Amino acid sequence: MNWTIFGIWLGALLSLSLYSFLYKDNPFYKFAEHLFVGMSAGYWVIYTIKNVLIPNWWENLLPAEGGMQPIWLIPGILGIFMVLRIVPKLASLSRMSLSLIVGTGAGLTMTAMFQTNALAQVNGTIVALGQGGGWFNWVSNIIMVTGVVCGLVYFFFSKAHTGIVGRTANVGITILMVAFGASFGYTVMARISLLIGQTQFLLFEWLPTMGIHL
Amino acid sequence: MATFTEKLGNIDRRIIFTVIALSVVIPLAMRFNLPIPITPGPSTDMFDVVEALPAGSMVLLSFDYDPSTMPELQPMAFALTQHLMRKDIKIVSMALWPMGVSLGNEVLTSVSDSLGREEYVDWVNLGYKTGGGVLIVRMGSNIKSVFPEDYDGNSVDDMPIMDHVNKLGDFDMIISLSAGDPGVPAWIMMAGDRYDIPIGGGCTAVSAPQFYPYLGTGQLIGLLGGLKGAADYETLVRIGMENPPPGTAIPGMAAQSVAHLVIMLFIILGNISYLAEKKKKGGVK
Repeated sequence: MNWTIFGIWLGALLSLSLYSFLYKDNPFYKFAEHLFVGMSAGYWVIYTIKNVLIPNWWENLLPAEGGMQPIWLIPGILGIFMVLRIVPKLASLSRMSLSLIVGTGAGLTMTAMFQTNALAQVNGTIVALGQGGGWFNWVSNIIMVTGVVCGLVYFFFSKAHTGIVGRTANVGITILMVAFGASFGYTVMARISLLIGQTQFLLFEWLPTMGIHL
Repeated sequence: MATFTEKLGNIDRRIIFTVIALSVVIPLAMRFNLPIPITPGPSTDMFDVVEALPAGSMVLLSFDYDPSTMPELQPMAFALTQHLMRKDIKIVSMALWPMGVSLGNEVLTSVSDSLGREEYVDWVNLGYKTGGGVLIVRMGSNIKSVFPEDYDGNSVDDMPIMDHVNKLGDFDMIISLSAGDPGVPAWIMMAGDRYDIPIGGGCTAVSAPQFYPYLGTGQLIGLLGGLKGAADYETLVRIGMENPPPGTAIPGMAAQSVAHLVIMLFIILGNISYLAEKKKKGGVK
């Protein structure tokens, strides 16, 4: 049996089954959906055990050169605590593991996040309007600074949005709408790209298995 | 009886799906090509930075995606890897997403074979490790402690390509092809801003708008956004190349453009119907 062709046919039939939902819900779609969910869950369990648990924990606890490293029992126990969420009486133990994860994550990313997403962005907004780049850059800089200021005013709720504040907030919401529009355009492009990828698979990999070459 | 504008506003969704499907299938099946004009922007910035790297430079290429975003990110990976390997730039690859490893290996092996490059000398795939940002922080001080072995289980100490690489600061550039988190933001936050390493990115079109602020501040030196970014890069890499290898992004863009035109047409029709109906009811003066 040619397993490559079998794989292509399986992929093609499952793709068509999933697309059949666009017409209406049907047993082929349900089958493909349930198969995907089940396969994904099974795959992730095995993948996590093989690529995360064994190399990162088991092989450190019991190294190949022999001996046991008891310190690695701690993450093992914390991992078991996480699983104990399924036992109502012991579920509270999982909070210890969670608090460790949250604490470590927050500590590591707090300053980095502030630097990358706040300070650097504020710094990037403080631009010399007339500095180099010709009229296009000048206009871009004006729009950027106006957009940031007006956008911030829109999210300032301690003063009623009337008068000059209201008009500024309106400019802010207009600029936000333009940003959402651009974002939506990109989203459309992404979804069509996925359709293109799957269509290329069907046209140029699946059809040739039936002797149809486009 | 429903008027024409009413019917226009209530087109059966299955008709819309069929028209969209045809707008994608026909250009692909007919191998319809549209020109892809390259204008200065994030894609050309990325190309220029890679182009300026001297032969022998070290680049870390991170495959932070999975098969669900392959149509957008895999063409980028091919085009970037071709560019890097043609310029004789050494590639150390890895993945912050588990399934990115095998997708990356497919790209590296294929391009390396076509250009006669050697594994462990010109490129290596270190594989996947969990941890995201924490992993990047650890790599900042010692890569070999994080990745003592490569994807195939070979010791990195025995690989010529890893002779001069000990920490992230030893790389001339980091490129993340990212479908979400962890991905480009984690590399900017934990590597670019910390160690002042140029970061380039490739991402799905959905996430591209959120990365534009990083371009404005120079935290990202270039960005390939979605299939358009991949097609831009494919086009740039092919300039001056005899018998360029086949790509999937450029043919895909023709279908993309036709589909976008069809969607725009439906949006216009929907708005005409909406305004006409509203006017009929006295809502629009």
